[in-house]
Amino acid sequence: MKFKKEEIQHIANLARLDLSDQELDTYGKQLSDILGYIEQLQEVDTEGVEPTAQVTGLENSWREDEARVWDDFERVNAINQAPEIEDEQIKVGRVL
Amino acid sequence: MMLNNLTIKQAQAKLISGEISAVELTQACLDRIKAVDGQVKACLVVCKKEALFEAKKADEQRAKGETGELLGIPYIAKDNIMTKSVKTTAASKILENYIAPFDATIIKKLRKAGAVLLGKANLDEFAHGASTENSAFGTTHNPWDLERVPGGSSGGSAAAVASDMCLFALGTDTGGSIRCPASFCGVTGLKPTYGLASRFGLIAMTSSTDVPGPIAKTAEDAKIVMDAIAGVDKNDATTVDVQKNSSGGTINGKKIGIPKECFDKGLDNDVKKIVMQAVAEYEKQGCKIVEISLPHNKYGVGVYYIITPSEISSNLARFDGIRYGFSAKESEKLIDIYKKSRGKGFGSEAKRRIMLGTYVLSAGYFDAYYLKAQKVRTIIKKEFDQALTEVDCIITPTSSHTAFKIGEQSDDPLKMYLEDIYVTGASLSGLPAISIPAGLAKGLPVGMQIIGSRFCEDALYEMGFAFQNTTDYHKQRPELK
Repeated sequence: MKFKKEEIQHIANLARLDLSDQELDTYGKQLSDILGYIEQLQEVDTEGVEPTAQVTGLENSWREDEARVWDDFERVNAINQAPEIEDEQIKVGRVL
Repeated sequence: MMLNNLTIKQAQAKLISGEISAVELTQACLDRIKAVDGQVKACLVVCKKEALFEAKKADEQRAKGETGELLGIPYIAKDNIMTKSVKTTAASKILENYIAPFDATIIKKLRKAGAVLLGKANLDEFAHGASTENSAFGTTHNPWDLERVPGGSSGGSAAAVASDMCLFALGTDTGGSIRCPASFCGVTGLKPTYGLASRFGLIAMTSSTDVPGPIAKTAEDAKIVMDAIAGVDKNDATTVDVQKNSSGGTINGKKIGIPKECFDKGLDNDVKKIVMQAVAEYEKQGCKIVEISLPHNKYGVGVYYIITPSEISSNLARFDGIRYGFSAKESEKLIDIYKKSRGKGFGSEAKRRIMLGTYVLSAGYFDAYYLKAQKVRTIIKKEFDQALTEVDCIITPTSSHTAFKIGEQSDDPLKMYLEDIYVTGASLSGLPAISIPAGLAKGLPVGMQIIGSRFCEDALYEMGFAFQNTTDYHKQRPELK
């Protein structure tokens, strides 16, 4: 399948990626190639086959829903990774 | 004797006898890195001071009577594994200055065992690739031929072990990322069963197939490392409490399945010859060789390149320029911070996979791609499971050819994806697989892949010991000037 530029732009918007015109062009062609290859899966008869999402066979791995105290050094270092901080909190721009 | 050339087993004997100290061993590795890493470019970070400190601590512990198979053993970790206070970049610009606030569970376990972290190894950005060419910080070079790739995505880890910069390295394998570089660099690499070791603190790529594992000089060493990092972790709900059933040590009488599809067209003749010679060695040792058929294995790459980008597009959504990592914070609108941070921060392969994943998961396409892929995954998995009821293990080449030249196929993503043809099956099925050096073709290493049943890593080690006890291929090393 071939992609129109608007279609590639739409996917980039969904993916929250700012792409240049050249990137849109390149990815459009490469996605067509890759999806063309992937088409071969349609040959496989999967009638009545269950999908596999995991392979361990584990079911319902429960744990208590309780707050755990996080080590102070780790907490401060995690927050310090943010581009803007105020009073040990991450500062973000207006959302609304 | 250069101490950095030792295996874990050999070094441990010398440490116990008092012939060497952990500080001397660590210094030998640091010297080796300094001497050859300018050419190989395996390491993104070397933490010399911290390593010597840890080594000294290990020597002190030993003086107090403490022991352990990894006490004082220096290693390198792939840079998508979080290490407290040492940079973790995933070889991406978006994490260029990221310092993890905590250790991954497997790093914590190695620290507790007394292993010494020397530094962090290069990889394809976010582990997306099979050559290490997708690193934002430059390509790693194959120590056997510096013009060639080391494989990927754990290319830095494999190249570091092959050039004796460390005694072992950690890698991660999602669809071949430990086995492929182990094969190209002539070292032993184990992708364990999914769920055997914790993924907590690994930078997520494809959560349903990511596993951490060792790259080592022998199968014996790989077992030592894997035993140390395995185990249930309350921070990773997919880890499994394994009841070990050791199979007893001898490979005599074991049945080896040879999938005819994996030795067909597309396989390099030299590689085929070398892997078949290895199979003949097993036959000599009393194994029975059985031809089997895995007719759906060829769809593995197609399935993998739907499931993987889908999970990548979701896992990499966390990079938003707000909480950590590169931020285009000068943008006014929130949506522009997201788009510009991600557009500038991610490299081209990461963006390609995010685009592909976003597309196949988008409204109207889910059934045709993702659901279909998961159904074909069931068929591939069942085929392997069925085969493994008839044979004890399956042998294939790890790769259809030896290491290719840097830049040779980097413009063709589809060709690059097809690199994974022999390795995706075990990943999609959650089976353990080990790549073992089987010989050299025109001076370049060839790896053989041995796939076993879930949680039966012991059987793979035994196959590895048996081969490495009677052959010398794992001892061959490249000459670096």
